[in-house]
Amino acid sequence: MAGPDRQIEHLLRRAGFGARPDELAAYGPLSISQAVNALVDYESVPDTVDSFIGTPGYINTTVTGPFVPQGNINHARQRWLFRLLHTDRPLQEKMTLFWHNHFATGYNKVAGALGAAEGARYLAAKASEDPGHVRGQIEMLRDNALGSFKDILLAIAKDVATLVWLDGRTNTKAKPQENFGREIMELFTLGVGNYTEADVYAAARVFSGWNLARPGTATDGSQHYEFSYIANNHDVAAKTFSFAVYPDGGKTIPARAASAGMQDGIDFINGLAAHPNTARYLAAKLYRFFVTDFGAVNVTFVNRIASVYLQSNGDMKAVMREVLLSPEFWDESAYFARYSWPVEYVTRAFKDVGWTGFSVNDALTPLSNMGQILFEPPDVSGWDAGQTWFSTSAMLARMNFASSLASNQKFKLATAVRAANASATPEALLSYFVEALASAPLDPSVTTELSNYLHANGAWTASDAQLQAKASGVVHLIAGSPEYQLS
Amino acid sequence: MKVTRRQFVKGGVAAFTVTFAAPEFLSDVVRAQGAHVRNLVVLYLSGGNDSLSMLAPYNDPFYASRRPTLAIPAGQVLQIGTDSSNVALGLHPRLTGLKQIFDQGRLAFIQRTGYENQSRSHFTGTDIWSTGDPGNAQGLGWVGRYLDSLPSPVDPLVGWNTTGNLPHVLQAHTAVPAIANPAGYAFSSPNSGAEATAERSTAVRIASHVPVDRPELAFVYGSTQAALATLDRVATVASYRPSPAYPNTGFSQALQAVAGAMTRSIGTRVFYVTTGGFDTHAAQNVNATNGAYYNLMATLNDGLLAFHNDLTAQGLLDDTLVLSFSEFGRRITENGSQGTDHGSASVMMAMGGKVKGGLYGTAPNLNTDPSNPTLENSAGDVKYETDFRSVYAQVLDNWLGTDSTKLLGGNFRKNGIGFI
Repeated sequence: MAGPDRQIEHLLRRAGFGARPDELAAYGPLSISQAVNALVDYESVPDTVDSFIGTPGYINTTVTGPFVPQGNINHARQRWLFRLLHTDRPLQEKMTLFWHNHFATGYNKVAGALGAAEGARYLAAKASEDPGHVRGQIEMLRDNALGSFKDILLAIAKDVATLVWLDGRTNTKAKPQENFGREIMELFTLGVGNYTEADVYAAARVFSGWNLARPGTATDGSQHYEFSYIANNHDVAAKTFSFAVYPDGGKTIPARAASAGMQDGIDFINGLAAHPNTARYLAAKLYRFFVTDFGAVNVTFVNRIASVYLQSNGDMKAVMREVLLSPEFWDESAYFARYSWPVEYVTRAFKDVGWTGFSVNDALTPLSNMGQILFEPPDVSGWDAGQTWFSTSAMLARMNFASSLASNQKFKLATAVRAANASATPEALLSYFVEALASAPLDPSVTTELSNYLHANGAWTASDAQLQAKASGVVHLIAGSPEYQLS
Repeated sequence: MKVTRRQFVKGGVAAFTVTFAAPEFLSDVVRAQGAHVRNLVVLYLSGGNDSLSMLAPYNDPFYASRRPTLAIPAGQVLQIGTDSSNVALGLHPRLTGLKQIFDQGRLAFIQRTGYENQSRSHFTGTDIWSTGDPGNAQGLGWVGRYLDSLPSPVDPLVGWNTTGNLPHVLQAHTAVPAIANPAGYAFSSPNSGAEATAERSTAVRIASHVPVDRPELAFVYGSTQAALATLDRVATVASYRPSPAYPNTGFSQALQAVAGAMTRSIGTRVFYVTTGGFDTHAAQNVNATNGAYYNLMATLNDGLLAFHNDLTAQGLLDDTLVLSFSEFGRRITENGSQGTDHGSASVMMAMGGKVKGGLYGTAPNLNTDPSNPTLENSAGDVKYETDFRSVYAQVLDNWLGTDSTKLLGGNFRKNGIGFI
C-alpha cells in the first residue's frame, strides 16, 4: 500500500477505530496535519450518527420492543458499538472510550443500587431523550471528550453513577467514606505512591456531603437522582495535604462554613488537575493508548505532553493535537505496535470485512468473551490492556468472531472478489484480501499457509460456491491471525 | 530453577505425568496405578476481604464497640476454638460447610498475613500478592514463575485459569490458558466439512511459526498456539457432570470445571479461581440473611463445600490444595455507611486432604490504643504478623516440591505455620 494511505490508516486506527471505505476516501487526500485537524476539531462535523440506527446500509441492531438505550444497558451497548462503527467523529469516540476506561464505572453496581433501567439511565441516557433531562456518564464524557480535564474531573465527582459506584453518596462528616477520596488520587489524577494515607482521610473529608437528591415527579418519569451538596453532612474543619493544593503552594484547604463547604471539593479538584504528577500520569496513559504498548513508556514524550497539559491548563484538545503530531506517534516503530482492545478489533473488522446484515447485538457476547463489556469495566482501574487481552480463551473468542463475521459476509466477499477481478487464481484472491484487511505485516510463513489453504480440497474453479468458501475461510484466518490483533 | 535428573527419577512416573502433562491415556494409567499428582488451586477473594467478619474475635470488646452494626454477635458465630494467643475465634454463621471441613482437620486459617507498608490500593495490593514481590510488583506472578521453572517443554494445559483474562498470579513466560467455560472453548468456522477442517489445520500451522524476532507478536502466537493445542482435552472436561450438582454461581461453576479437569486427568496442575464483591465500603450487612457480606460468605461456603465433597467422592481430596488470598483486609472501625474501607493484614485459608487444619498465627487485639503492637496506622488497621511469602514458601516447598528461596528471591520460611 502506498505511503500516504499507510499513514492515514495508522492515524485512523489510533485516533479512531480503523477506516471505512468512505473514511479512507475522505481522509486519503489530506496531509497529516490536515487530517489531525479534521479529527481534533470535530465540532464542525454534524453529530447525527444515532439518527441512522435502523437505516439500510448501516449495521443492524437487535431489540425486542422499543429501542431504549436510555433505560436498557444492552441497548446502550448496541448504540455505542453502532457509533464506534459509523461515527464521523472518530476521535470523539476514541476519547470517550479513553475516559470510560480512565473513570471506569461499572453498570452492575449502579443497577444493583438503583435498579436496572436506572443503572442504564445514569450511564448512557442523553439529556434530550430523558424526561428528567438526565445526562448519563458516557454522554458527559462524550460532550467533554476533548474538553478541560478539570471540568471532566469535577463532573465525574458530581456524577450520579460515580457517586453510587464509589460510594460517595454515603460519605458524611460523622463517618467519612474513603473510597472516592482514594481513587480520585490513585487512579484519576496523581497515581499510586504520590499521596499518603493521611491524604486519603483528608480527601474523604473534603467530599463529605457530596450526595444525591431526587427531584421530579414519578408519574411523568422526570423523577431522577442528581448531585446535591448537603451542608449538614460536610466536615467544616481545615484539611491539610502532603502536596500543594493551591497555586501558591498552599497545602491546606481552610476551614469554611458548612454552607460554603462545597468549595473544598472544587479547590481540591483544581489542585489535583493542576498537579504535575497528574500531567505525567495522564501523559503516560495517553502514550499507551495512542502510541504503543511495546517497551517502556517514553519519558521524552511524557515530559513534552505533560508540559503541554500544564501550559494549556489541562486543555485536552491541545494535548491530543500534540499527541497525534508527535514524532513518537509517527515513528516507524509505532506502526502496529498496540494490542487492539476488543471493541477496537471488532469495529475495525467491521470496517475491513463489511457489516451490512450483521447486528451489533451479535458482537456483545463475543466481546465479553474477549474480555471487554462496555459499561462494565472489571473495576475502577479499568481494563487491563496490552498483553492481558490475549488469554487463550480471549484469542479463541477473537478467532471465532472473525469466523462469524466472515460467515455472515461470505456472499458479499465472493462478489467483491469477482468485482475486483481477483477470482482467477488462489494467489489473486489472497493478495486481494491481504490488501483489504491491512493487518500488521504478515509473516511469510503465514502467507504460505494461507496459500496452501486456498489450494486445499480440489482444483481452483472460481465457482460461486468455491469463492464463498475460500473467501470466507481466508478472511476468517487473516482477521483471526495474531498479526491482525495489532493496531 | 532446573529440575535435576535425580529429582526427576525420584518423582517417578507421577512427576513425569504432571510435569509434561502426557496424553490423557498416560494420565489414566497413572491414576489407575493409584499414583497421585499434586494440584494447586489459587483462590482470589477480589476486592479486599473483611477477614474480621469471616473469622471473628467475637469476645474482643473492641470488636463490638468499633463495629456497632457489623460485628457478629458472640452467640451467632460458629465457634472453632482459640488460637495460640488464647483468643476465641468464630466463623461467620453462613460458613457451616467450612466449619465441617475445619472440624475434619482439612482447613487452616493463617491469621494476620500481609507485608510491611501496605499500599491499601486494590491494584498495587493485588500486584504485590500476585508477584510475591513488593519491590517489583509489575513482574511475573509467583505461580507463573513456578510454571516457568518446570522443565521444558511445558504442556500448555499445565495451568488453567477459570477467568476470561489472565490474572497476574499466573503471568509467566509459559502461556496459561484462560478457560472460563469449557463448553465454549471451541474453534468455529464459516464453512463445514473438509473446508472447516482445512481452516483449523491451517490455523494450527500458522500458529506454529512463532516469529521469534517480533517478541510482542510472538506473545499472541503463543496464546493462539496454546488455545488450539488444548481444545480437544478441554472438551472432555465440558462433559463432566458431577452429582450432586454444584451451586449455580460463577464461582461454583469454575470449581466444577476444576474438579472436571482433575477427574479427567488432562494434565493440569495449577488452577486459578476467583470470587468477587469483597470491596464492601457500604451496606456490608454482615449479619442479615442475604445481606451483602452474608451472600459473599454463602457463595464462598457453598462452592468450597461442593468442591470438597466432590473431590472426596472422586478420591482426589488428598491431591488438592486450595489456597486463598485477598489484596488486603479492611479497616477495623466501620465507616458511616455500615461498611469498611481499605485496610491492611488479612487471613489466608488453605484447604485440602493433606492440610493440617487449625488456627495459625495470632488474632489481632482490637484495642484502639495507638501503641497496640498487633495493629498499625494508629490502631486503625490490623498489622501483619506473618509475611504472606512465608505462606507461599510452605506451598512451594512442601506441596509443589520446589525451592521457595529461588522462586521467592529470598528465604521466607517460617516456623509455626506448618499447615501443609
